[in-house]
Amino acid sequence: MTLVLVEVEDGAGNGAISEMSREALTFARRIAVPLDALVVGRAAAGVAGELGEYGVSRVYEASGSAFESYAPAAWAAAVVAASEASGDAGKAVLAAGTPRGSEVLAHVACRLGVSMAANVVAVENEEPFTVSRQVLGGAALEEMRLDDATVVLTVAGHTTEAQPAGTAVTCQVQPLDVAVSEQDLAARVVRVEPGEADASGNLKSAKVVVGAGRGAGGPGGFDDLLELTELLGGSLGVSRVVTSLGWRPHHEQVGQTGNRISPDVYIPCGISGAIQHWAGCSSAKTILAINSDPDAPMVTKAHYAVIGDMHEVIPAVNAEIRRRRGA
Amino acid sequence: MDVLVCIKRVPDVAGSVALTEDSMDVDARHVGYAVSPHEECAIELAVQVAKATDGAATVLTVGDEDAVEQLRDALAVGCGAAVLIEVEPRRYGPTDVAAAIADVVRDHEAQGRSYGLVLLGNDAADTGDFQVGVRLAYELGRPVVTGAATVEAAGESLVARVEAPEGAAVFEAPVPAVVTVMEGGVEPRYPSIPGRMKAKRVQIETVTPAREPVGSGRVRLHLPPVPPSQVEVLGKGAEAAPAMVDLLERLGVVR
Ligand SMILES: Cc1cc2nc3c(=O)[nH]c(=O)nc-3n(C[C@H](O)[C@H](O)[C@H](O)COP(=O)(O)OP(=O)(O)OC[C@H]3O[C@@H](n4cnc5c(N)ncnc54)[C@H](O)[C@@H]3O)c2cc1C
Ligand SMILES: Nc1ncnc2c1ncn2[C@@H]1O[C@H](COP(=O)(O)O)[C@@H](O)[C@H]1O
Repeated sequence: MTLVLVEVEDGAGNGAISEMSREALTFARRIAVPLDALVVGRAAAGVAGELGEYGVSRVYEASGSAFESYAPAAWAAAVVAASEASGDAGKAVLAAGTPRGSEVLAHVACRLGVSMAANVVAVENEEPFTVSRQVLGGAALEEMRLDDATVVLTVAGHTTEAQPAGTAVTCQVQPLDVAVSEQDLAARVVRVEPGEADASGNLKSAKVVVGAGRGAGGPGGFDDLLELTELLGGSLGVSRVVTSLGWRPHHEQVGQTGNRISPDVYIPCGISGAIQHWAGCSSAKTILAINSDPDAPMVTKAHYAVIGDMHEVIPAVNAEIRRRRGA
Repeated sequence: MDVLVCIKRVPDVAGSVALTEDSMDVDARHVGYAVSPHEECAIELAVQVAKATDGAATVLTVGDEDAVEQLRDALAVGCGAAVLIEVEPRRYGPTDVAAAIADVVRDHEAQGRSYGLVLLGNDAADTGDFQVGVRLAYELGRPVVTGAATVEAAGESLVARVEAPEGAAVFEAPVPAVVTVMEGGVEPRYPSIPGRMKAKRVQIETVTPAREPVGSGRVRLHLPPVPPSQVEVLGKGAEAAPAMVDLLERLGVVR
């Protein structure tokens, strides 16, 4: 049976399956159907309907005091218990390539004594089981063989489009007994401190992102960019040069070691488009680059570009938007 | 408390990637080498934690002899000792790397040098396996936290902060422990000239692993096709503003 660890997002009511978990479910159907899923630390009933639409016929629910605060090893114990309960030869265990998905499945691979493939984009071959996965932040792909009895892999974000199954199935909720040892709880979350709201808004889910790189010129070079961000109701994302020079905080960084974004429109200003930055923004539907260098990789890879000094272009764009709005 | 920090020498590619003829590696002949930004932060945290607890920071890598360059860089910013586990890197997968590091940790412990904390990057810049830290923890039977922005030692335990858009998750774990680090919580320092001089004089401990590697499962690398540039230039300078706003209106982001 193919088992998918599903992350549930907080929100109204019972929450919903996270976007990247829906992508992972869609990907898992390429390996085998119907699917089993696992929800840890919360009620699965609220998402059972949605799971059924994605081809999941059974969802295990691991709840109880061991899962009240996040302990990665305890989650891994739940995944192993679910994969044992789901039985069947030729098992596969999948999760989204999120921080939590990657962390828990690395534990699972250790517990099962098998290898793990991170950030998989495709199954190339069933026999021997071979996948393609992102390396170098997605600038290259690695074909990798997984020869163990159980396949453990995470699905790279924004590479599979989340799609419900052709025919929905009825998804049954099954409580799961998990033996969690004291050692499994040794490393655990003791408190969560709410994030600060700021110009980055929710960068990962923003529909419009205005990007800023070295071309911003200094910590004082962001006023026009922030105004544009506000006029478009978007978020600000920046390059690593900007964060390492201390112009903007690191949580606004886009790229291999920052956030992976997938907005409808990305407007990178004064960003050259190094592969590590591209790793974080290549899933944007439309890219409109503003750069003084017509040969910058960001310009040649973009759909649209304006060539020029961002400190001249952006104020003019802001003024034009305000003028059209009659403000 | 003594801290061990594990780093990996990787090709410092920025523009475009080239592969070796057999497609098994990145062709790094025309680029330099670096360590991942996550690992630069891990080095900084190792130095800070060691200093705060009157211990020393040791840097370690599993690689070929050229990786001494990265060890010296870490020595120049405050690590006091360095270990090279000398291997042919392409034969080593994440399981092998973790096993080789664990063997050295145990050997050092037997010699009376025990590490209360082992730091690694969250994921290596090249292979991005997202697992060496966790595998090392299982090898050593120690708790592990991944993706920490900061880590502090507090007596017999440690506190690690993992940042996320929704907020920071604060982890606690007893020491000895393994923590993998994500960029963003600390500013890596630059080497000073005396630091560089001192780094040159440090004797690097070189060891050869006892176990045979199982490998990484790599069949080959390939590069995703680069679509031809289809950029439509809307104009130059401020004069392009109306064309740009027209486009934004068509895309539905300006109303
Ligand atoms: C392992 C690793 C991980 C990394 N992770 C990330 C990551 O997560 N995110 C990331 O961004 N980088 C990352 N980097 C760094 C990356 O390689 C680049 O160094 C970085 O993205 C460059 O930032 P930049 O484009 O702002 O600066 P530059 O490369 O210096 O480019 C500046 C651009 O601005 C243009 N410009 C200058 N002035 C103006 C102006 N007035 N108006 C308009 N255009 C102007 C220039 O033509 C140029 O194209 C990583 C590197 C490594 C090795
Ligand atoms: N060859 C190596 N030598 C030393 N440390 C390594 C090596 N490979 C990986 N690591 C460490 O493990 C982290 C995670 O790597 P990975 O699991 O391969 O993505 C890296 O950021 C390094 O800190």
